[in-house]
Amino acid sequence: MARIVVITSGKGGVGKTTTSAALATGLAKAGHRTAVVDFDVGLRNLDLVMGCERRVVYDFVNVINQEATLNQALIKDKRVPGLCILAASQTRDKDALTDDGVARVLKELSEDNDFIVCDSPAGIERGALMAMYHADEAIVVTNPEVSSVRDSDRVLGILSSKSRRAEEGREPIRERLLLTRYAAERVAQGDMLSVEDVQEILGIELLGVVPESKAVLNASNAGIPVILEEDTDAGQAYQDAVARFLGEERPYRFLDVQKKGLFGRLFGS
Amino acid sequence: MTQATQKANSPLELKGRMMTLTVLRLLDPSVEVLARELDRRMQDAPDFFRHLPVILDVEAVDDSDLHQDLPGLVGLLRAREFLPVAIRGGGEQWNAAAREAGVGVFSGGSEVPAVRGQTGRPRAVQEQASVSPSTVVEQPVRSGQQVYARGGDLIVLAPVSPGAELLADGNIHVYGSLQGRALAGVRGDTGARIFCQKFGAELVSVAGTYSVSEQFEESVRGAAVQVSLRDGDVLDIRPL
Ligand SMILES: Nc1ncnc2c1ncn2[C@@H]1O[C@H](COP(=O)(O)OP(=O)(O)OP(=O)(O)O)[C@@H](O)[C@H]1O
Ligand SMILES: [Mg+2]
Repeated sequence: MARIVVITSGKGGVGKTTTSAALATGLAKAGHRTAVVDFDVGLRNLDLVMGCERRVVYDFVNVINQEATLNQALIKDKRVPGLCILAASQTRDKDALTDDGVARVLKELSEDNDFIVCDSPAGIERGALMAMYHADEAIVVTNPEVSSVRDSDRVLGILSSKSRRAEEGREPIRERLLLTRYAAERVAQGDMLSVEDVQEILGIELLGVVPESKAVLNASNAGIPVILEEDTDAGQAYQDAVARFLGEERPYRFLDVQKKGLFGRLFGS
Repeated sequence: MTQATQKANSPLELKGRMMTLTVLRLLDPSVEVLARELDRRMQDAPDFFRHLPVILDVEAVDDSDLHQDLPGLVGLLRAREFLPVAIRGGGEQWNAAAREAGVGVFSGGSEVPAVRGQTGRPRAVQEQASVSPSTVVEQPVRSGQQVYARGGDLIVLAPVSPGAELLADGNIHVYGSLQGRALAGVRGDTGARIFCQKFGAELVSVAGTYSVSEQFEESVRGAAVQVSLRDGDVLDIRPL
């Protein structure tokens, strides 16, 4: 039985897809069989970030509609063994994700995987609710600003009341916070909320802090999950987060303002 | 059967009693506008309104034609599970409309709610008469969530986020930080209070008298406080 992990946020553009790609890749690299599923019907881009957009033949909705088998639709990652991707459909309407269909696909994926990572769309509508419903764990991706924190808080409320675990009265979803696009200078200047501010409001365990970094855009343009860019700050921050996810303790990095030398200015963040 | 037992078993008893009722003031003469506004409010707090007895105050629309639509308006309220019981503040044409609509007419009846606790009767007696259940919440109350303790106190053992809302007919206790909105005594209990361990509310209200964050004094922010109603219309926010 796989553990189902939803990557969610409420607010759009905070780094859910970046995180889904990084987490799934990191888990697979650590030897866990992992599937990553794009729930963002109509706006699929997980396949782009994972660099497999040209290999998508069938997608999630095809499998739900039984136009293809799961095996036909799953794309095996070429870099990391044990990792596969289920792309979202590009065009279909959002109602294509039926309750039964999603449940069936996740159940089937569960048989051959240790983890299923669900990349949620923004918002709190159907697609996002579907991605959350079956979760065992949630990673709430939040940027250090008031509107993002507010939306994350809202999502946490939904996770605790509308999930399958809540409905069945089982142990609640394990919720953890990933603070991304963290710009230490702007926090120091008071333009952004600090880690402590965000934690005070959300009150959940901190999985990691990913700095604002050019490396993220570069990596996704190249179709490489940033966690594989091992010399970048964001890549390392994601490595730390995955290690913590798997139970390791690691100190938090990238929280303080760093003086940038010439080298940093040329190549770094 | 003796006279005495017969008396005790009398199937009816008529009593004059003062009760607090929610007054719904109609401030626009268009049924359509009113219906839309109702739906909007109900979306915010569906549980609060369900089976709520209300008096329609028509004073502001007394000289409009709305009385012709009163039966329709009453039906519309009932369809939304309100219990409209009477109107007040209207002229003769309204009273005729009320008969047609099957609701009563409240004559007189000032808007000042009965003050309890401070004057006359000792409070303990009243509480004995109506032991009301408390609602206990152990999970954080998050943005967009609403908890309503009908008929009693609300006790929250976790933080209340910005954008969350607590409602209680009685008192509200928050053993954590209160960042959202807290409305105690929502059915008019002016003796209700709000207690919290760390005060950062967006809005607090007791029996309809409210105060918003900008009006709070710096000294109470982040402190353990209690909020109560003084002289019937002033909110008193004091460190505990
Ligand atoms: N740590 C980071 N530093 C800099 N840019 C980032 C970082 N994380 C994400 N981004 C950028 O932010 C944008 C949105 O990221 P991403 O697509 O992962 O967000 P999302 O939450 O999945 O968005 P959506 O809600 O639209 O699905 C992308 O351009 C991405 O490159
Ligand atoms: Mg996305």
